[in-house]
Amino acid sequence: MAGVIEADSERLLVAIESLLAKKGLASPQEIAERIALTDAASPGQGARMVAKAWCDPAYRALMLADGTAAAEALGIPMRGAPPLGVLENTAELHHLVVCTLCSCYPRAVLGYPPFWFKSSAYRARAVRDPRGLLAEWGTVLPENVRMRVVDSTADYRWMVLPVRPAATDGWGEERLAGIVREGDMIGVTVPAAS
Amino acid sequence: MAELAPGRLVQVRSDWPEARGPAHIRTPHYLRGRRGRIVRRLGEFPNPEDLAFARPAPKLPLYHVAFDQAAIWGEGATGDELLVEIFGHWLQEVPAQ
Repeated sequence: MAGVIEADSERLLVAIESLLAKKGLASPQEIAERIALTDAASPGQGARMVAKAWCDPAYRALMLADGTAAAEALGIPMRGAPPLGVLENTAELHHLVVCTLCSCYPRAVLGYPPFWFKSSAYRARAVRDPRGLLAEWGTVLPENVRMRVVDSTADYRWMVLPVRPAATDGWGEERLAGIVREGDMIGVTVPAAS
Repeated sequence: MAELAPGRLVQVRSDWPEARGPAHIRTPHYLRGRRGRIVRRLGEFPNPEDLAFARPAPKLPLYHVAFDQAAIWGEGATGDELLVEIFGHWLQEVPAQ
């Protein structure tokens, strides 16, 4: 490989921004807006979607059919983001999301990935020993629950719709959203009423 | 290749372009040569193998393919699966057994 770029990252950023502006590809305002959008994305967005899906069957159907449209329906900006797919956990099937090739992650709805999501250990073990991996999170699946490990290798981004915990009857969406953590939407943990 | 319908048995090509020169491949090593089952067609996306080198990238069909997890690793729970996005040009049809 020839010509490895060595530059102070701030200077490199300024140089790229001015080139993008000069070529009419992206204005400084557009770049600032995009940075603000990226920083605003957090697991709280995905949790709002999950809570609504638990309360509203029509929304749940939309979310499973078209995750991008479901996110947009809650005002989550998806323009320019890869298509979002949603994987439904049930009493018989548990999904776990990994990207063995790199670190593909549904950032528009979950924000920045947790540090371990990009680790070699997580990526290698998720596809080979998923039940052992989950056990280290304290997540023990009953033997009658099948696992589906979703290796996010290409153009989609995937999030998990967890099973609504028992003893949450009558809870409103806001309270439900409060118990959904990022790991629940990756599939390493499951939400519990607390 | 004709469109692959859900349920169709397929085999991932046992091809290693990275051994022949610079390559960018979205098909994981551990699935090359493995057999799986089409779950759904996800749409058409520009070929990442061209995109990565700034070449014109034709859109290719992308499939969600399920693989038996224990069959690949020789360990694991019966019935557990891997579900992976694979581009159509990496898949060969396998006659039903």
